[in-house]
Amino acid sequence: MSDGTKRRTVLAGGLSVGVGLAAAPARAEASTPKTDLLTLVVNGRRVRVDVDVRASLLDTLRDRLHLTGTKKGCDQGACGACTVLLDGRRVLSCLTLAVMHEGSEVTTVEGLADGDRLHPVQRAFADHDGFQCGFCTSGQIVSAVGLLAEHPDLTDAEIPELMSGNLCRCAAYGNIRAAIAAAARLSREGE
Amino acid sequence: MDTFDYRRPASVREALRLVAGHPDAAFVAGGTDLVTLLRDRVRTPGRLVDINGLPLDGLRWSRDGVRIGALCRNAVDDPRLAAAYPVLVRALRSGASPQIRNRATFGGNLLQGVRCPYFRLPEFACNRRDPGAGCAAAGGDGRLLGIFGTSAACVAVHPSDCAVALVALDATVVVEGTRGTRRIPVGDLHRLPGDTPHEEHALRPGELVVAVEVPARPFAARSTYVKFRERASYAFALASAAVAVHSEHGVVRDARICLGGVAPKPWRAHAAERALRGERLDAATVEAAAEAATAGARPRPDNAYKVELVRGVVRRALTELGEK
Ligand SMILES: Cc1cc2nc3c(=O)[nH]c(=O)nc-3n(C[C@H](O)[C@H](O)[C@H](O)COP(=O)(O)OP(=O)(O)OC[C@H]3O[C@@H](n4cnc5c(N)ncnc54)[C@H](O)[C@@H]3O)c2cc1C
Ligand code: SF4
Ligand code: FES
Ligand code: FES
Repeated sequence: MSDGTKRRTVLAGGLSVGVGLAAAPARAEASTPKTDLLTLVVNGRRVRVDVDVRASLLDTLRDRLHLTGTKKGCDQGACGACTVLLDGRRVLSCLTLAVMHEGSEVTTVEGLADGDRLHPVQRAFADHDGFQCGFCTSGQIVSAVGLLAEHPDLTDAEIPELMSGNLCRCAAYGNIRAAIAAAARLSREGE
Repeated sequence: MDTFDYRRPASVREALRLVAGHPDAAFVAGGTDLVTLLRDRVRTPGRLVDINGLPLDGLRWSRDGVRIGALCRNAVDDPRLAAAYPVLVRALRSGASPQIRNRATFGGNLLQGVRCPYFRLPEFACNRRDPGAGCAAAGGDGRLLGIFGTSAACVAVHPSDCAVALVALDATVVVEGTRGTRRIPVGDLHRLPGDTPHEEHALRPGELVVAVEVPARPFAARSTYVKFRERASYAFALASAAVAVHSEHGVVRDARICLGGVAPKPWRAHAAERALRGERLDAATVEAAAEAATAGARPRPDNAYKVELVRGVVRRALTELGEK
């Protein structure tokens, strides 16, 4: 946390702000962490986990359930790397608290394949080289799965706008689009 | 993030009871804004009341218009809504990203915090966050900040697209408190900063937004939303316009022009609306309205470009409606 604050201060400092830094407001008394026993259905498996009420769904998946396929790019809703399906709809797991999802179904990238058989969207990303470094890829793939559920009749022209919530620092956008277009065709025509 | 007492009530009454007498309680809906404000310690509530268990979802249609539940998500995909209120659905679709819209709610969207970078970085002085602390933006970067309705104490803009459309549609928020129900026009929901920028909106402590009511108006169906931003998608407005026009026999009878991204609240351009009434929607009228929309602008050198963007969004929206 303090690391993040330092980095952001440098960023804002770059905007040439002519004021001194005010001290970060601190609460006098340290508060005791509160926890909650939570049940989630993650990738089809029921799990019970004791979570700090402050924990994001993203941190809970990664640090408590050791599902590190879901990535943390920005932790502020700006990149899409943390996309998961929550009760079937794509959402950003960094912008929600785990405690808010008692009983919900969460699908992460780890839950898409059927054993060794890749999900058609995963297959399409591999076939079309829909990545370079791969950091954004799990978010892209889960987002594309959510998109195809929202728009079974997705046209190629709609893909850029409806995938705009997933940034790719390597700018592999051309191949990402091609992969999703292929997956959309496949799902329309039936496998 | 400081810890808090987490509650999930099942009824509006219980939710109101949980915040009554707890000035440090906060509601959370989609959480897409509040979670980052908690993480960055911009907000430090002692109690968090999760309203997702309340029956405040869905649309209810009547002869008078539509009532949209406070928990209705911004991803709302309803052909009737898109036909009756194009400006609203376009504004929603232009906001954030599909993932965020799947969680973000109408109530949370209206009450989201400003995106002034200094507000969100507690290491900088901010009157809106800490009354009397000063305003880091005053001597700082103001490119994204306001040109209308700002004050010496705060120059931030309200970031919601949806609110801009709702003001153009004469919508009202329905609010419940322990003392009963009241209705607030969306145009009166957000306050101008004056000397008290921390008093952000007209809700009383402990009040809950339960719905938004959008009336049936003759101009509602002929309406649109134009938004200029730094990239094609997934960005807040630099300037936007929600525009609605009602004409009879080719002459404008009534119109609404509301600007976004340029003021601490959705900004009704009354002078531009007057420039349209009684006129034909031709190129000269469009130009006169676009110019009138900038009346009263007080830009700083670093955001003066927004004056031209205001002309641009109004011109483009009216031209589009003129072709219909
Ligand atoms: C990267 C990014 C880009 C974005 N781009 C845009 C954009 O282009 N346009 C745009 O309009 N928005 C944009 N947003 C903001 C987004 O739309 C808001 O975060 C969202 O609408 C907030 O809704 P929510 O339900 O998640 O609110 P929450 O985060 O749950 O709450 C927000 C505030 O509202 C209060 N609140 C919520 N519901 C109620 C209620 N019923 N009664 C009383 N108080 C309530 C909460 O206490 C809190 O103070 C963006 C956000 C991000 C992260
Ligand atoms: S412009 Fe407003 S929100 Fe931004 S630092 Fe100044 S007081 Fe705070
Ligand atoms: S980590 Fe959630 S959007 Fe970037
Ligand atoms: S492949 Fe590197 S960020 Fe997308």
